[in-house]
Formats: sequence, structure tokens, C-alpha cells
Amino acid sequence: MNVFRAPDARRFISASLIIGVAFLIFGMSFGVLAVTADASVAQATVMSLLVFTGASQMSAVSVFASGGTAASAMGGAVLLAGRNAVYGLALSPVLRRSPLPIRLIGAQWVIDETTALVTAEDDDSSRHTAFWVSAPILYASWCGGTFLGAVIGSNINPSDFGLDAAFPVMFVAMLAPHLRTTVGRRAALFGAAAAVLLAPFMPIGLPILVSAFGMLFGISRGESLPQDVSDGAP
Amino acid sequence: MSWAFIFALAAVSYGFKLLGAVIVGQRAMPPVLERCLLLIPAALLAGLIAKDTFTVGQTIGIDARAAGLAVAALATWKKLPFAVIIVLGVGTTALIRLFV
Repeated sequence: MNVFRAPDARRFISASLIIGVAFLIFGMSFGVLAVTADASVAQATVMSLLVFTGASQMSAVSVFASGGTAASAMGGAVLLAGRNAVYGLALSPVLRRSPLPIRLIGAQWVIDETTALVTAEDDDSSRHTAFWVSAPILYASWCGGTFLGAVIGSNINPSDFGLDAAFPVMFVAMLAPHLRTTVGRRAALFGAAAAVLLAPFMPIGLPILVSAFGMLFGISRGESLPQDVSDGAP
Repeated sequence: MSWAFIFALAAVSYGFKLLGAVIVGQRAMPPVLERCLLLIPAALLAGLIAKDTFTVGQTIGIDARAAGLAVAALATWKKLPFAVIIVLGVGTTALIRLFV
């Protein structure tokens, strides 16, 4: 692996620590909510370690918490994970610089935030440093936060504190960067309408999958989607 | 939630990452597919917000969670720190439940 350029490394460490604090708090919130959906501390932590895709994890826990089936929880979570294939394409030139075993580890760290930090750089060397410095910091923040949150959540009764209300609040923070484009706002409007209006007519968890059809607004060649969609979770 | 669910979701998520980062590499995917994949979070997250605010099971309704959502949306729009958004949103819902 190439030697990191020290001034660059320091710059990325401070940038990652700022995002890392948000990840830690978001991870803690996820940990608390996962426990309310009957996950154990070990399950919540392992989920963050192995899945490392905040929107998918939150979506799955939210569907379980409303009483949906594992199949519908899986459907929404898988759809939300799909965008990482696009981010992976953007990061592949950076990962290509490392040997295969290292590349396989790096692939797990392909998320919105590492993509945003890497694509903001102009030269290959800075991109390489941006990825390998920021990714472990963000990963540790998210997984450490999840563990702390799950431990806290299993020692209190989260519903006593109205913590079920944290679901929409956290999704709002995650949604915000996606509303910067017209197609994004149209897709969101469609998704919200489908989720509410279809609720009385379909089994719990299914209307959310209909919401996903909002992605078809992407067929029209609209304005390009925002590059930086950093939202506080992986 | 079962361990099988967690491992299955982990395998699929890692598969997507691997597909883009290592397997497909620089060969670009069709732009229309890329645009649609990147729109999924907008559609689904908005759906999840609507579900978690305006429904209980299969019933549509408005309760204290809507007020929490409104406050959180305002705080997000004002670009307040994430921890503040959570405290304001969850706190609003909790307070209304306490007094109403």
C-alpha cells in the first residue's frame, strides 16, 4: 500500500472525525431502536459490522417494529442497499491500487460518505488517502455507536421515553440531501403517498415496497443527482 | 429479528458493494439504471417517514409523532446538528404525549 502523504492524512482525519461524531450518535440511535425491535445487543452490533449501510439497517428495523414480515423488511433493506453498487463504480479506480485481499476489505466501506470524500479530491494519491483514512474511522464510529446504543436500549424501556418517534426523525435527517433535485422531490412525494394511502389495503411492510417505484422518475433524463449525499449514517 | 435475516442482508449488501467496486469495475452501468438506483433512497426514506408518522399497523391517523416530525423537518432545514434534531423531534413527541 502506498505511503500516505502526511498533510493530506491529517486533513482527512479531521474531516472524518466530524462525520464520525454524527455516525456515533446515529449509530447509538440505531442501536436503541434495534433493541426495541427485539434484536439483541450482539445482533444489533453484528448487523452494523456486517451490513454497514445505515438506511438499510434502519429500514429493516422500522418494518419489524411496525409488525411487518421478514420478507418485507428484507425487500426494503435490499432496495436501499442497491445504491452502493453505483458508489462502488465510482470508488473502483481507488480500490484498484490495492491488492485483492485489501480491496475485498475496502469494498465493505463503500458508502455515501466515503464516496463523497473521495470524489471531492482531484488527484489519485489524495483519493487513495481520503478513502483509507476516512473509512476505518467512520466504520468504527458507526459500529461503536451501535453497540453503545444497544446496551443503553436494553437497560431502559425505550417506549417509556417515546423513542419510537425517533424513526421518522432519523429518516428525515437521512432524506434531506436527497431532496435537492426535482426528481428527488418527486420520487419522495410518490414514496410518501404510496406508503400512507396503501396502508389500509395491503399487509404491513408492503406499501413501502410500492414506494420504491418512485425510483422510476429516474427514467426521465432530469438534472443530475447530488454528488455529496452525506447524511449522518453510512 | 433472526440471525439468518442479518446474515442474508449482510451478504446482499456486501454483494452490491463488491459488484460495483471490484467485479464490474470501471465498466459503467447504463446511465438510466444508475439514475434509478440513486433515486431509491428518496422514494423509500420518504415512504418510511410517512409510514412511521401517519400509520399504526393498517390504520391511517395523525398523532403526536406528526408534531415531532414537523419540528425535526424544521431543524433539518435549519441545518442544526444531528443530535439536536433527534432531541428536538423525539422531545416534541414525548412532551405532547405527556400532556395531551
